[in-house]
Order: sequence, then structure tokens, then C-alpha cells
Amino acid sequence: MVRSFLPACGLALALCATPAAGELRAFVGATLYPVDAPAVEDGVLLVDGGEIRAVGARGQVRIPSRAEVVELPAGTVILPGLVDSHSHIGEVAGGDRSGPIQPEARAFDAVDVRSSGLRRALAGGITSVNVMPGSGHLISGQTLYMKLRAGTTIDDLAYRFDDGAPAGGLKMANGTNSMRDAPFPGTRAKSAALLRAAYIEAQAYAERRESDDPPDRDLGKDALAEVLSGRRMVHFHSHRHDDLMTAIRLRDEFGFRMVLHHTSEAWRVADEIAEADVPVSLILIDSPGGKLEALYLEARSAPALEQAGASVAFHTDDWITDSRYFLRMAAFGVRAGMTRETALRALTLAGAEMLDLDDRIGSLTPGKDADFVILSGDPFSVYTRVLETWVEGEKRFDLDDPDDRAIAEGGANALTPGDGAGHLHGAGPHADHGDLR
Amino acid sequence: MNRPSLKMRTAVLAVLITVACSAAPAAAQDLAVRAGTLHTGAGEPIADGMVWIVDGVIRAVGPAESIALPDGVEVIEVPVATPGLIDARSTVGLSGAMNQPHDQDQLERSAPIQPELRAIDAYNPRERLVGWLREHGITTLHTGHGPGELISGQTLIAKTRGETVDEAVIVPSFGLSATLGPAATGHDRSTPGNRSKAVALLRAKLIEARGYAERQDAGRDLALEALVEVLDGARPLIVAADHHVDILAALRLADEFGVRLILASASDAHLVVDEIRAAGVPVLLHPTMIRAWGGSERANFSFTTARTLLDAGIPVALQSDFEGYVPKTRVVLFEAGLLLGYGLDVAEALALVTSAPAAILGIDDRVGTLEVGKDGDVALFDGNPFEYTTHVLGTVIEGVRVSDVRR
Repeated sequence: MVRSFLPACGLALALCATPAAGELRAFVGATLYPVDAPAVEDGVLLVDGGEIRAVGARGQVRIPSRAEVVELPAGTVILPGLVDSHSHIGEVAGGDRSGPIQPEARAFDAVDVRSSGLRRALAGGITSVNVMPGSGHLISGQTLYMKLRAGTTIDDLAYRFDDGAPAGGLKMANGTNSMRDAPFPGTRAKSAALLRAAYIEAQAYAERRESDDPPDRDLGKDALAEVLSGRRMVHFHSHRHDDLMTAIRLRDEFGFRMVLHHTSEAWRVADEIAEADVPVSLILIDSPGGKLEALYLEARSAPALEQAGASVAFHTDDWITDSRYFLRMAAFGVRAGMTRETALRALTLAGAEMLDLDDRIGSLTPGKDADFVILSGDPFSVYTRVLETWVEGEKRFDLDDPDDRAIAEGGANALTPGDGAGHLHGAGPHADHGDLR
Repeated sequence: MNRPSLKMRTAVLAVLITVACSAAPAAAQDLAVRAGTLHTGAGEPIADGMVWIVDGVIRAVGPAESIALPDGVEVIEVPVATPGLIDARSTVGLSGAMNQPHDQDQLERSAPIQPELRAIDAYNPRERLVGWLREHGITTLHTGHGPGELISGQTLIAKTRGETVDEAVIVPSFGLSATLGPAATGHDRSTPGNRSKAVALLRAKLIEARGYAERQDAGRDLALEALVEVLDGARPLIVAADHHVDILAALRLADEFGVRLILASASDAHLVVDEIRAAGVPVLLHPTMIRAWGGSERANFSFTTARTLLDAGIPVALQSDFEGYVPKTRVVLFEAGLLLGYGLDVAEALALVTSAPAAILGIDDRVGTLEVGKDGDVALFDGNPFEYTTHVLGTVIEGVRVSDVRR
């Protein structure tokens, strides 16, 4: 499928053996979708170590003689590495059952980097993930932006803020998932009141921190202060049209930066969302229902948001949808009337923007990380398979590799124990399967 | 962007030519579908094909030029048409979209063995999920009591139409729904608490039913009556079993009691292909996009199992199964579509959701292919039915346009 050969180096063997800026590779012959620029037929993607060096048509990009040239068959497609703006892979966890507001809990402390979930994501062409705690809390904790590079510890995979702290947002939720017995809220109004009270306290805390009489350190308020300062994005789980507007009202009151997630009924308030300039991380699924808030979940949210002018990214919510077929969600968007261009952006650059990572990932752009996925054909076709997934210039998934293929296709022992258990809202491993109610 | 043009001209000609007309006038249910590509499911696709439906039954099918339609027959023109799709096993209609206790009738938890529970007493033909399936080209639904108890009750087969169960149903009681494995033992009761006990309870009950059948003086026992019908072979035992240990236990039970077994879900089927083939048992395979976590009895599921079973010559159809959360049902159209990336062609994928389930469910005299004499059930598309970017343009059941929603 994907052939690779080293060009003849002639007499300059020494030069070939010692590339100055890392390994140079040119992927030639595929259709490139840079996402931030028009598609390129018969293109050249030149990768220098972990970075993209050049993107263009064959003959227009100079390929240094020392580069390894990978000739790809006609029909092959290269996309930027997919960005999953909302996932629960790695058996991630956040807050526990002790209360509805736990901003101090970090996904960073809970992700199992050896879970097959990470390999499933790579098999689906995903290279960066916003790993989130669940929606069973008003605030369930700090999310983690994770790069699926090779590594054995979470430190190897975490994106970092400029000061070295693990990068991520804050997971918030409203609606029914976070409504439970006390001390959790029982109604929507109570949910909003508890959130407002928490942020008002955090405002006072942040102010006192700057004064001559700083308060004792409070990990939860520290995290909320990071939200108030704009360092940390709020990722707000919300489904119903009125809940979406409540989230926007809270954002306006406290001035935080926010992405709306799931948004089953976005089609009902698409203009309001666009007017409020709130980006949306959207999920499309096969049928409505499963809970009251999702009764009016419709794929038409995708074109409705696009036409209203809102920024839209897709997400897997793995295990709600399996990372291995993330591409099909964009096809669903197109089916519902979204343009192909916006659908591709929703798999890549739009998500990168929502994670404040668009300076590094999300498009095939010189200078950005060499994260890309090689497909056998059109990104929206059911016939298309992910052939290879590359992260920072390193091949992390190869369909020709038997172990990788086993992850991509499933089978005996393909999944590590617990893979998929990150989406349980703290309800236990048999919440869905064992109890059919 | 270029959207495929929606071309559905209806050529209703001179409906009021009545008195002078010597030919029999077109009845209300007379309808023809003309498709750029007509997948009949019986032979190669027909270019510019037509299916003509009279009184709900297919009168003619073939190249459009070969069919002389009488004046006045409505013609629906679409790019692609297929037989109405069949969901081989579902709980929709007993399970509803809201997922609240009042719309979840697919599982009665009061006892492990309740074969007397009839699906017709709980099926809601107006459930919006039934409509959702109908709008996606599904015309026949095998549904009923779900997995989760050793024997949870009976199933029925319905067309996805009608406002009452009587208007919908074509087979009021098809099979008994059984489950082996953790789904049937992971409840709050003390028993059955594990695999051995579950099989022992089932065997004891079947032995009791055998004795009941032989006794002349026994009073009516609704549960045992239903089990006797299984022992007689009058109805199949549909066993949801995922783990290979449970699949083999089901085969063992079928062998011991001579019952007609249909395996359902069967995510480990690819591990016990020879045994399933030797037993001659058909499989209603789990949705391609089944959700399983590592360590569970479904963890070995594979996107290639359908291919494996087809290659082994095992009769296989796709079921939407039961979903406990979002989404509340799967759509077999999408489940079959995903398989095109895993070695199936359109004809094979189509068979999994049309002719194969029709044969396994014993309704292939009526549905599953577009052939003369069968029900006029047709799904309408604007392209390859299985591409996610294709739209369903409408659904016809027995010559009646039951959906014109573009999905």
C-alpha cells in the first residue's frame, strides 16, 4: 500500500546518514487536504523530523536529495492528524461522588497511557485528544490535552502550558447528568446557582491572592481562577436549547472562555450560539434518544451551525462513539448538509482552535507538528481505511502491522481490560450493559 | 456544494379517466418505483430498473422498458432502490427513545425464565424509534423482549407501519428470547449467579416442559406452553450469547433438546466458527459498532466477523440489538455500511439486512428481495445505499409510500 524507498545518494553517503535537522521525508502522490488552504492533487508533504517543512504540488515543492521519498498510490489522501475535542479514552476519571463541584481533580492524574483506547484513537487517525472527566458533575475536573506520541508515562503525552503545567481545560456540565441526590443539585436552577456561587467565591479568592493578605491555597479555586484569567478553557457539556443558553449566560456573567459540547439541540439555537461567538464541539449519532435531553438530537445541527456562522468541531465522546470511526461523523455532517470543507475543518483545525493548539496542530502547514493521517481514499467514504497515522514525524499506526491491524479491526484480546470504562459518570462498569433500564 | 438532485416525479395521469376505461383502474396501492440502479437482491443490479406493485404485491420487476405500466400508475423515480431493509433483531417498539421506565418494556426483571411474556402485548407501533427506522428504509422489524434474562419472553415480526399492533404485525410470536452469560446473571437476585447455574436452570425448565407436553391432565401453564413450542420446533430459541463459552453452551443446549437455535449478538463467533457451522446454526450478528469495554464478554468483537462468517458459509444477518443509552437504537443501514471498509461488497452488505434475515426469520416468501409475488417493500436512495453521504429518499411498504422524509 504505502511504499517507501531511499533515493540513491550517490557519493554523498555521509550526508545521507547525518541529516542535520532530523529525518527528512517526502510523502508524494497523495491528495493533500491542508485544511487551511485548498486541496492539492498529486501533492508533496515534506516532513523534517517532527515538523512539517513544506506542502504543495509535485514539482512545486523542492525535495532535498537526502530526503526519504515515500511514493503513495493515486487516490491516497493525507489529512492533518485528527483532533478529538472530547473523549474519555485512557479510563480517565475526574471528580468522585462526594460533591458536584470538583475543579481540583485532574484528568492528568488518571489517564492510563497503556490503554488500548489510545491505540484505537490512532487507528482512527486521531493524533490529539482532549481527555475529559465525565458529565456527572457541574464541574468534574480539569481536562487534559494529550498528544498521542510514543511514551510510557502521562508526562510524555501531555501538552503543556508555557510554564510547564499540564495543559487542559475545565469540564463543566448542566442538564440531567449532573442532577442527582444531594449534595448534587436536583434542578436546573439549583445547578446554575451552585455554579454562580462557586465562581463568585473564586473571584474573591483570585482578588485576595493579589492582595497583601493572600488566602491559603485552594486547589479548586486555583483552577477556577485559571478559568477566570482566561488561561483555561471551559468545556461545557450541554444538550437542551435552554441549557445551552444557560451556559452562555454563565459565560457572560463571569467572562470565561467556553466551548459548548454535544449540543443535541444546537439546531434550535444556532443563531444565538453564533451571535454569542461560542464555538461548538458537536457529536452526531445514529438515532435520537437514550435520555430525555437527546430526544431532539439531529444531525442538522451541523449545517445549521455552519450556516449561522459558528465554529464547529466534531468529537467522539469515546466510548459513545468509537475513535476508530471518527471520520464517519464528518460524513454524517455532510449527509445532513454541511459542506465538505467545514466537515474536514471540524475534524482538525476547528478542534485545535478550541484547545488553543492551532499554532501547532490542526492543519498541514509548514512549521506545525508533523501530525497527519494517510487514508486509502475519500475521507467521507465508507470504503476508506486509515492506512497510517503519524505523530510528530513518527509513524504511530500502520495498518500493515499485524498488531496495529488487530487494534483497528478488533478481535481476541484487542482491548486492554477497562478500555471503554472512562465514560461511566461514576456509575460502575455495568451501568449500561448489566442494567438495561 | 453539489447536492444530488432529488428527482421524484410522480406521474399521476388522468386519475379521473373512469367510466370509459375498459382496463382495470389502478387501485390506491398501485405504485411503481423506477431506479437508475435497482438492487433486487435476486441477481445482478438492474440499470434503469422498475418494480411495479399492485395491491401491495410485486407484479413485475425488471428493466423499466420491459414493463408496460397501465395509465394512471404513480411512478416514483429515484437514483437507487433496494428491497425494504430488515432489522434482524431489535427491541425497538418495546424500548422507546425516552429511556424512562414507562417506555422500557423490553425486560421484565421479576424472574429469570418468563417465556409467557408476549411481545404483542407491549409493542408500540407509534414509538418514534419505529418511525426513525422507517425513515431509514427499514420496513421489517424483528423485535420483542430483549437480552438480560435467561428467557425474557417472546419476539414478534412487524412491518414498520400501522397505528395498532394488529396493523403492524406479520408474525405475532416468532421466537423465544434467551440470554447466556453475564447479562443474564449480573442482576440483584441470588440466582442464577453464574454460568453453570444459568444453564442448569434452563435445562431443568426444558425438561419440565417436556414432561408437561406428555401429560394429558395438566392444566394450562402459559410458560410451559411456550417452551413446548420450542421443543416441538414450532418456534426457535434465540440465544444472545457473546462469550465463546456461552456460544458453546447454547450449541450444547440445542443439541440436547433438539431445539431450533438462532444465535444472537455472538461477538466471539469468529473464535468458534467450525462449531457454529457444524451445528448448522444461523447468526444474528451484533451491530458492527457494538460498544464493549476491555475485559467484558464482548471485548473480542471484530469488524471482520461478518466477513469471517460469510466465508464459512454460515447464514448471517445484522441485528441492531439493544442499546441502553445514547443512541437508543442502532440503524442496520449504517451498521452494514461500515462493513464495506472491511471486505464486503454492496451485494453482501445488502444481503445482511435483506435476504439473509428474511431467510433466517422464515419470512423470505414475503420480504427480503424484489421478486414477483413478494411484498412491495422498497427503500429509496440518492446513491450507494451504504455511503454515509447518501440520503434515504423514502420508504415504501406494500405499495404505500410510508415515508418521504429525506434522511
